[in-house]
Amino acid sequence: MLSEQSRLKIDREIAKYPPDQKQSAVMAALAIVQEERCWLSNDSLREVADYLGMPAVAVLEVASFYNMYDLHPTGRFKLTVCTNLPCALSGGNHAAEYLKHKLGIEYNETTPDGVFTVKEGECMGACGDAPVLLVNNRRMCSWMSEQKIDQLVSELSASAAREQGGK
Amino acid sequence: MSIQSIILADLQGEKSWRLKDYEARGGYKALRKILDEKLTPEAVIAEVKKSVLRGRGGAGFPTGLKWSFMPRGYQGAKYVCCNSDEGEPGTFKDRDILRYNPHMVIEGMIIAGYAMGCERGYNYIHGEVWDVYKRFEDALDEARAAGYLGKNILGTNFGFELFAHHGYGAYICGEETALLESIEGKKGQPRYKPPFPASFGLYGKPTTINNTETFAAVPWIIINGGDKYLDLGKPNNGGTKVFSVSGHVNRPGVYEVALGTPFSALLEMCGGMRGGRKLKACIPGGSSMPVLPGDIMMQCTMDYDSIAKAGSMLGSGAVIIMDETVCMVKALERLSYFYHEESCGQCTPCREGTGWLYRMVHRIEHGQGRMEDLDVLNEVSDNIAGRTICALGDAAALPVKSFLKHFRSEFEYHVEHKKCLVPVDVQLEGSKIYVEQAC
Ligand SMILES: Cc1cc2nc3c(=O)[nH]c(=O)nc-3n(C[C@H](O)[C@H](O)[C@H](O)COP(=O)(O)O)c2cc1C
Ligand code: SF4
Ligand code: FES
Repeated sequence: MLSEQSRLKIDREIAKYPPDQKQSAVMAALAIVQEERCWLSNDSLREVADYLGMPAVAVLEVASFYNMYDLHPTGRFKLTVCTNLPCALSGGNHAAEYLKHKLGIEYNETTPDGVFTVKEGECMGACGDAPVLLVNNRRMCSWMSEQKIDQLVSELSASAAREQGGK
Repeated sequence: MSIQSIILADLQGEKSWRLKDYEARGGYKALRKILDEKLTPEAVIAEVKKSVLRGRGGAGFPTGLKWSFMPRGYQGAKYVCCNSDEGEPGTFKDRDILRYNPHMVIEGMIIAGYAMGCERGYNYIHGEVWDVYKRFEDALDEARAAGYLGKNILGTNFGFELFAHHGYGAYICGEETALLESIEGKKGQPRYKPPFPASFGLYGKPTTINNTETFAAVPWIIINGGDKYLDLGKPNNGGTKVFSVSGHVNRPGVYEVALGTPFSALLEMCGGMRGGRKLKACIPGGSSMPVLPGDIMMQCTMDYDSIAKAGSMLGSGAVIIMDETVCMVKALERLSYFYHEESCGQCTPCREGTGWLYRMVHRIEHGQGRMEDLDVLNEVSDNIAGRTICALGDAAALPVKSFLKHFRSEFEYHVEHKKCLVPVDVQLEGSKIYVEQAC
């Protein structure tokens, strides 16, 4: 079941479009559900489909087309590093290699403790701030030197540990 | 005249994006002028035509002309959409425009709505810039509360509603018909044209799509007149342009200058070449545009006509600077990977061709290329370009052709010696970031 909070957020999105065009809110709805659950299971897709009155397969089509939806479980923090050419000219590849080495994983892998997933990303529209990486699709981190990557990883590890402790 | 910036002028401090600040800079005066003086929609379009404002999203199409394609007297909904999808590698100007001056885009869109008789608009914002999307929504709330958006704008019977739509990571949604499909809640696959959006657009209704920066230029044109805007630039290239400069310069970033400004002056504004090294190559308009060798680039002025004459395109104004530490084969390999990844798969030449191009360049880069491959690369590119539904096919082909045209010897070196012409440690040194920038 979609949470009350998610439904409120989705309703706000539906209101942006003409009354007979609820489907327009599907991208936002998927993003809202993914934010709450970290990834989109088949059940999640079905719930979104029911809520918007769409065929489930149409929702799957959307979810699988756009890069930022995760149809498989990811770690608590998904780190997407941009390695496209403009970033690569200013250390994008180095940042990605450093991060993977530090976490001991390759692209699309998750650390054994389930905290981090690393992905290779395409241009994020922030090439002047290279190297850039994105945390869970939302938080953009700029000028990611080795030192700043170290800081970010410790900050996120600590936050994951707190969440674990809180449960 | 030496006005160099309009869109990014006088933006100071964290609050420049707020409505109050925008009004203090003269914001929403253009809209007031139109409504107070009861300018007709035709008069607004005529002013935009006079300015020779050309679309800032890539193709450089004259904006006033595009607006005049919208059917008049059409019964039913019409839409205006803003393209803030900004996924073209090297482009990061719309992010800054929206971060620091969102109301200017909103005002431009309202005026466009008035000029074309649209009651509703959407701004499609690139998925990776969540903060920008949130801020734009906040700016919309401010504009609604102040009566600039809604049913009876500033007490008149002109009404316009505007909403933000957040993308989720698909470069192809920057293509205008893919963008419309995406707003409709579908996969972002480009449509066959014709029909063009002006007759069959969002939800099948007449629609006009412009880039963020294009809309942002409109209020200034209305206040100061189209002639004045044209004068800022050079003939056929009206006004200023916001360039995003990335790569091997000392200060990568966003710079607004008059169209027609020498490339060398722009380079100077960016603090010159990093480490004082030599300019090897430049892609002047985003990764889809042909690359130019440094010496040709140094002769150019930054405007549509000069760059076209030199054999490339101004595109989105994304200037990618490469110095002598770059391996051109590796650079092309990464770009080809991108187009292969982002092809939506609808057309066979693009779906298959982009993969083929990438695999070939990859082979050459990894020392397994053959001399014949260089000609095959050209042939495959020729067979993609112009044979697809949208311009992504061309965007994949143009870099390949231009890299081979200008830097063929580097590709040949790779095939012969099975390694880069530029030693790998030199490449690494060149792409180091400078920590002083990490503020
Ligand atoms: C693959 C592809 C990607 C594009 N990406 C963008 C983009 O990110 N932003 C943009 O404004 N235009 C982009 N365009 C161009 C748009 O289709 C359209 O021409 C433009 O938004 C029109 O606005 P303008 O006339 O103000 O330039 C892209 C085109 C193609 C073929
Ligand atoms: S050219 Fe490529 S991206 Fe464009 S519609 Fe065809 S397959 Fe899709
Ligand atoms: S290339 Fe990395 S953000 Fe644009």
